[in-house]
Amino acid sequence: MRRVTIPVAYMPLIDAAPLIIAEEMGFAKAEAIALDLIPAPSWSSLRDMLGFGRVDAAHLLSVVPVAMGLGLGSMTTSLAAVSVLSVNGNVIGVGRPLEDALRAQGFRFDFSDAKAAAHALRRSRSGKLVFGVPFPFSMHVELLRYWAERTDLGVENIEIRTVPPPLMADALEAGDIDAFCVGEPWGSVAVDRGVGALLLPGRAIWQGAPEKVLATRTDWAETEPDLVGRLIRAVWHASRWLEKPESRIAAAEVLSRKDFLDLPPELIDRALSGRLILSGHGEQRKCDGFVRFHGAAASFPWRSQAKWMAHRLAQHYDLDADIKAGASVFRADLYRQHMSQTDADLPGASEKLEGAIHHPTAVASNRGRLNLLPDRFFDGAVFDPDALE
Amino acid sequence: MQPRLTVVVVEEDRDRATGIVDALKENGDCDVHVIGNYASLARKIAAHSPDIVLIDIDNPTRDMMEELTLASGPLDRPVAMFVSGAAGGLAQAAIEAGVSAYVVDGLAPERVKPVMNTAIARFSVLRQMRQELAETRRALEERKVIDRAKGLLMKAKGIDEDAAYALLRKTAMDRGRKVADVAEALVTAAGLLG
Repeated sequence: MRRVTIPVAYMPLIDAAPLIIAEEMGFAKAEAIALDLIPAPSWSSLRDMLGFGRVDAAHLLSVVPVAMGLGLGSMTTSLAAVSVLSVNGNVIGVGRPLEDALRAQGFRFDFSDAKAAAHALRRSRSGKLVFGVPFPFSMHVELLRYWAERTDLGVENIEIRTVPPPLMADALEAGDIDAFCVGEPWGSVAVDRGVGALLLPGRAIWQGAPEKVLATRTDWAETEPDLVGRLIRAVWHASRWLEKPESRIAAAEVLSRKDFLDLPPELIDRALSGRLILSGHGEQRKCDGFVRFHGAAASFPWRSQAKWMAHRLAQHYDLDADIKAGASVFRADLYRQHMSQTDADLPGASEKLEGAIHHPTAVASNRGRLNLLPDRFFDGAVFDPDALE
Repeated sequence: MQPRLTVVVVEEDRDRATGIVDALKENGDCDVHVIGNYASLARKIAAHSPDIVLIDIDNPTRDMMEELTLASGPLDRPVAMFVSGAAGGLAQAAIEAGVSAYVVDGLAPERVKPVMNTAIARFSVLRQMRQELAETRRALEERKVIDRAKGLLMKAKGIDEDAAYALLRKTAMDRGRKVADVAEALVTAAGLLG
């Protein structure tokens, strides 16, 4: 088989790992492809590179293709999410003034109880809290809004502002923002710079939040089925390797290289191991499943996840939009088609009740060995994708 | 006569910004404002209610612009990204030149065009200058590593500078690699052994 080079854009983040590992550890080569990995300076640039054909695939915020499917944002090219690269992996953090106020009222930074954290935040400050996020269309924004509207915090009491993650620590220090929701390593960078403390992992709000997807232009996905298949499989094998505990040290080393994240491996290992350092006080918390790449159908692009996002976006922007059109960018069909020749255990359904799984649960699958992991929302709500129709 | 266009340039580097502003003023009838500090960028831009916003495509603060495209209040004029707007054909040229532009929805393409043509020309020059600078820096770095490798060889083998360089070059040719790569490997190895 001729080895084909596929240009792929990514943001230098922990959750770009499946793509970086696919290329660096030979999983791409095994599928007779080479990934030309191109770091992007911003999500807008990355989206434009993909939309205009500078690259054929990208590491993308899961909400972006859904928002574009609903006609939101400043580009109209149709994108397809052909697999999920990572589940969870964000952190919510607060700046020093808020951290001090929280400690003064005896708040224990338990890094797990979303309701208690919201309650304590409300008590520690009257008036609006300004949260920095990387991009207006992102799981960061959706998690914050969901959390605020269903707790004492109150969605009317928060303001969400876009701040490029490399500038997040500066913005905290300057007081432009009070808090943030960002993907690793940027939360840990803020902690190490002494400007903030971590309050919650993203999974404390939704345990099953798809964070980044492997995205392509829809036309490319349909006209280059062979390449898309090789790409999906290479990334799937990379994520399987990545999920093994014994791979962690090597993975952190690879990601830490100058060409990729250019950060100390120790900082990267915090997210991979789920052992996060919360603040300058040095509190360490273990968060199992902080970020997941593989197993329990982690990379399966569930239509119901996309419907949840489309539903939330349509509500917020008051769109009279077709939720189905927004959700159809999650291409469970392509994923099935291209993964059918592997030993992956594919779920029987392409939609599930989001938030309904509270314990590891066996579900129907083509090999009969698939257990899904908890995907609970912190408030126990269940999202039924069929109820929208 | 139509009102003058208001253009906002988002650029931190003063020299670059000045160059862009001068070019725009020379070539068109427009008011140009520069924003050089990125804190609260979206609000600062909105305060000028610009017709066109120009920003380097590699600028990470571009993501803040996306927020403006969502604003819909009477004072926050909606800013649509140029590339999906009316002036279509210029989009590719703009991207290649390294400039991204946000244009108020509904602004006539013939009004956008002169500003964009100037911006594209100017950004192309800036991009080229930046590439040349990076190239010069790299060459300088390579020079330093080669000098260190030469020094190591001279000391270890008791040869003179020309012989040391000849040895590096021969090794590079035999291996099909660049002299700088061989020098880098030697310096790294010497550091490990040293």
